[in-house]
Amino acid sequence: MLSRLKIWILMVSFLLLAALPFFAEAIDEPFYVDLMARVMIFSIAAMSLDFILGYGAMISFGHALYLGLGAYAVGVLAFYEVTNGWTQLIVCVLGTAFISMVLGLISLRTNGIYFIMITFALAQMFYFLGISLEAFGGDDGLPIDSRSEFFEAFDLNETWNMYYLILGTLTVTAVVLWKAINSRFGMVVRGSHSNDDRMKAIGFPTLKYRLVAFMIAGVVCGLAGFLLGNLTEFLTPEYMHWFRSGELMIMVMVGGMGTLFGPLFGAFAYIMLEDLLSNFTEYWQFYFGPLLILLVLFAKRGLWGMLPGKEDMSDE
Amino acid sequence: MSEPILKVEDLRKSFGGVVATDNLNFDVMPGEIHAVIGPNGAGKTTFVAQIAGMLSSDSGKIVFNGQEIANKTAPERSHLGLARSFQITSVFKDFTALENVALSIQAHAGHSFRFWKRASTDTSLTEPAQKILDEVGLGGRARTLAGNLAHGQQRQLEIAMALATGPKMLLLDEPTAGMGTEESENMRKFLNELKGEYSILLIEHDMDTVFSVADRVTVLVYGRGIATGTPEEIRNNAEVRAAYLGEDEVTTGA
Repeated sequence: MLSRLKIWILMVSFLLLAALPFFAEAIDEPFYVDLMARVMIFSIAAMSLDFILGYGAMISFGHALYLGLGAYAVGVLAFYEVTNGWTQLIVCVLGTAFISMVLGLISLRTNGIYFIMITFALAQMFYFLGISLEAFGGDDGLPIDSRSEFFEAFDLNETWNMYYLILGTLTVTAVVLWKAINSRFGMVVRGSHSNDDRMKAIGFPTLKYRLVAFMIAGVVCGLAGFLLGNLTEFLTPEYMHWFRSGELMIMVMVGGMGTLFGPLFGAFAYIMLEDLLSNFTEYWQFYFGPLLILLVLFAKRGLWGMLPGKEDMSDE
Repeated sequence: MSEPILKVEDLRKSFGGVVATDNLNFDVMPGEIHAVIGPNGAGKTTFVAQIAGMLSSDSGKIVFNGQEIANKTAPERSHLGLARSFQITSVFKDFTALENVALSIQAHAGHSFRFWKRASTDTSLTEPAQKILDEVGLGGRARTLAGNLAHGQQRQLEIAMALATGPKMLLLDEPTAGMGTEESENMRKFLNELKGEYSILLIEHDMDTVFSVADRVTVLVYGRGIATGTPEEIRNNAEVRAAYLGEDEVTTGA
């Protein structure tokens, strides 16, 4: 159950995001629209990671893979002149669902550090596959000539349309994932995080449920990649590099693990700091590191966890 | 005489060179409490894990309710009506007491691929869960986080979660573990209430509890059952005394 304060923060954030393009136009700074579009895309990706990491204790260190796969769905199809958005979207969803299912079946047999390493290794395999695919630019990447085409009246080459598509996707995925986390399905995922043996003893074949959660996270992150490819109009295996996976984990930690909405603010904080600090120095991570350490030491539940109000159903 | 609800034949399990369960034969009759006692390292925990399906067995048969279950997974055994509690309290600490029990109910209310409706306010789960909490005497603590309950209450919640799966038989692994005298006394009363209603395999360290609630007792030493009988027979069994029971413990047993 969200506290009143948290509901207010979410609503105000949403309104601010919805109003941003108007504001940016008024002050003639279109750059902000682009920046916030990026923030929202990474918010979706970070939220999908928190879905399995924070609630299911599946510490995936290869989650950016799905970001890359989503972008490849757009870029590769556009390369072959399939620019129909619906086709691209179906390929993106089915592709990420299938790949996350196969990788989940492999990696979910393990736990803890083994799970971290195996998701890391599998994602890196795809990264090197991307590099070796010279047809799609290899490690130089490939410009995407045309954004996805959905409706005549909703041309994604218009910055505003692109922006509102991203905001809409963020809103829908946030609501859907929140519902899922609190549903019967979510209880099973959270229970197996807490005590898998007990879950089995009361009758849950937990692997099935964990696999489906892993696939949901993969598909949602794939959608973020789909939007990222469209926004940047560029395809590169860098999207699935382990460094990106690490960034997603940082966003989750900064925002607050197991809070679902925290990572939205984690992504915002991370990208804004990156933007701000890199104005001063090329080595912005040098300054970001200590901030992260302070946060981990003093606010384990992240930015969202610092807010008052409990998330559970208890009376105390 | 009716058929036993649980029948274990020649059950074996070894870890490397250590034989934890050594050709064990064992049964539980419907409605009885059959206790298993034994010194530390006797293989009690291994035995429970094999029955519950957490550990596979090297050989032997486990027949539950007329069905061979040795090759079934733990969740499958739960659905056949075998419920267990844990020696080390295994409640979901971040969930309320009510949510803990509701989760057991949910496990037996069809599949859980339901993604939309909020589970913690779903009365088809919370109402039966509240009833079971009332039965075990935790009704007033329904909305307390399980991690904030007193130790004795967490032990009660352990059993409530097992009861909520609608079992035919209970495997209780040291229900009085870590309990004070008064708490143990309450647990004994509760076990006597469960008697007759459920068939129970009781693993227990506390002799007062064993001798006051069990219909039959089996003594396990190094994975072998050295004696089975009524509490009276076990108390007077010379081999058992030598292997396990201290004289004074026997004479002061309730």
